[in-house]
Amino acid sequence: MSEATVLMQGNEAVAEGAIAAGVRFYAGYPITPSSEIAEIMARRMPQVGGTFIQMEDEIASVTAIIGASMAGKKVLTATSGPGFSLMQEGLGYACMVEAPIVILDSMRYGPSTGMPTKVSQMDLMQTRWGTHGDHWIIVLSPSSVQESYHLAIRAVNLAEKYRNPVILLSDETVSHLREPIDTALPEPIIDRRLPAQKTGYQPFKTDATLVPTIANLGTGFRTTYTGLVHGESGFQTANGHVAETLVQRMRDKLFNNLDDIIRLETDHSDDADILFMSFGITARGVTEAVETLRSRGRKAGSLRFITLFPFDDDRVRQAAGPAKTIVVPELNSGQLVLLLKRVFGDTRRIVPLNKVNGDLISPAEMLTFVREENL
Amino acid sequence: MRSDFLRLERLPDIWCPGCGNGVALRALLEAIEQLGLDPDKVVLVSGIGCSSRAPAYTAFDNVHTLHGRAIPVATGIKLANPKLTVIVITGDGDSSAIGGNHLIHAARRDVDITVVVFNNYNYGMTGGQASPLTPSSSITTTTPSGNLDRPFDLVNLAAGAGATYVARSGIYFTKHLVDHLKKAITHEGFSLVDTIVQCPTYYGRFNKRGDAAQMLVSQKDWLVLKSVAEKKTPEQLAGKVIIGEFVNIGRHGPAAASTMKEQA
Ligand SMILES: Cc1ncc(C[n+]2csc(CCOP(=O)(O)OP(=O)(O)O)c2C)c(N)n1
Ligand code: SF4
Repeated sequence: MSEATVLMQGNEAVAEGAIAAGVRFYAGYPITPSSEIAEIMARRMPQVGGTFIQMEDEIASVTAIIGASMAGKKVLTATSGPGFSLMQEGLGYACMVEAPIVILDSMRYGPSTGMPTKVSQMDLMQTRWGTHGDHWIIVLSPSSVQESYHLAIRAVNLAEKYRNPVILLSDETVSHLREPIDTALPEPIIDRRLPAQKTGYQPFKTDATLVPTIANLGTGFRTTYTGLVHGESGFQTANGHVAETLVQRMRDKLFNNLDDIIRLETDHSDDADILFMSFGITARGVTEAVETLRSRGRKAGSLRFITLFPFDDDRVRQAAGPAKTIVVPELNSGQLVLLLKRVFGDTRRIVPLNKVNGDLISPAEMLTFVREENL
Repeated sequence: MRSDFLRLERLPDIWCPGCGNGVALRALLEAIEQLGLDPDKVVLVSGIGCSSRAPAYTAFDNVHTLHGRAIPVATGIKLANPKLTVIVITGDGDSSAIGGNHLIHAARRDVDITVVVFNNYNYGMTGGQASPLTPSSSITTTTPSGNLDRPFDLVNLAAGAGATYVARSGIYFTKHLVDHLKKAITHEGFSLVDTIVQCPTYYGRFNKRGDAAQMLVSQKDWLVLKSVAEKKTPEQLAGKVIIGEFVNIGRHGPAAASTMKEQA
């Protein structure tokens, strides 16, 4: 083990990754299976000169990190389904004011209070469409403790770079796994771009990046924020043209940079005739299932979504290779599969493999499924 | 008042003729000027409502948030940069209905922010519905036969939740209002000023309170200075609302909390 290798729990890796990325403000409300993150941050924030606060609910937690972000801090909150539902209001506001924030949602079995200690992948569509109105979110999904650490850093980096909320979509199992990880920094730490000129400063004026600079509150730029549609000055308007321009820019600032944002991991996809497409904890079972199928001479492969959103149909099509059959295992009644049916239409056979009893899909179950369905 | 405290290019404001919000905003800007605060270090935060539009007309850093959520956003701002003077402008509905939970918890935590409630006894922006501060029997669009509920007493609510500075004033009493806003802003800890304003368009019209001018001037009849009220009988004070300073105490610190534990 190298010097930087330590044994960590998934939740701890998220907390430590966020700290490594520069997070210095955490506001949260306890909920299984994410509570350890709040507990770790309560201890760690004061040690690194940051601030921890336990708020009265998740609405307050997400809005408090938005305020702290506007005042110049890198910020994180963590929750699970029921709390994530409450955060949707703040999430939409963060999109509209382009506040860099990171929310960890550790998926447990839902709807409602569901089974708090059981795993699921039932919040996938909620990350994308949970708040009202047209908006764009970055969603990253770790499959291991190591990746929880790296993606926490990446989430903070992307939030700051694109002035956009980023969801780290973990789950009960990854949150509570303990694995040895390497805490060496995988990528440079990115800070938000600050404006240079006070005279004529326009809070939402952009250059070719389409990402406005951020004048942190209290730095003399006299900036202005509203969740109402606003022009470059930041002042509210009901002008349809301004509204259209704003919504399109919020999309384009991400979609012009898909190479930077999207990470898909493929394994044996080049020559596969059967390809598993999955994310998060389910992808770990896929790895073993693919190995076993290969050892038996079956051309199996895998595509794992590390970035779930933005979702780019063309990239998914390219990464999928020639496989005629695509199996989509997920711990819900079929959410990722909806996107894949849209991408592939009738050109491939798309086969959902769903499990909704609070357990994982084992590699053996995947193999049985392939055999019994004659895939 | 300093004209450079306003973003004149954003005027005219959205408020109805005779609305009390402009007068309340002016008093707040007057207080900020008299205190000589560094305008670069003042942040105005608001929720949603007619009153919550006020910060955007000012030349300070300003944050128009979500309905009821100004206080937690302000809490995040203040904790992230304690050097800032963070002032929340909110309506009676914004602060005591949808934002009521945030209000009591910010008071309990004694976060060093100032909450100025532009209290017009109803929801102005959405057309004059009842709020938790609407007096019993009052007519609003959602209490067409008169309000059956009892209102919160905002001063007692904030005090009971642990606010370390609480005052009430009305926009007719400009100097009184400015003085109490100044004390609230300079107070170290959570402060709240219940600021009574008129909504002639809805509350005034539905409850036959006269036009805007009559509503404003009548404040001198039904708002009673605390010092005067102390000499009156409960009968004499029926239907009156008392203005003045109600709480002005030192911060709740961890030290104070541990003493309480030892005593328990
Ligand atoms: C979540 C949510 N619910 C409802 C509304 C609609 N709404 C806008 S302002 C408002 C009430 C404002 O009343 P108050 O806070 O008393 O402020 P006033 O307009 O009287 O100044 C409501 C209910 C909203 N914007 N958001
Ligand atoms: S509706 Fe009432 S509170 Fe709103 S601007 Fe008009 S008078 Fe003022």
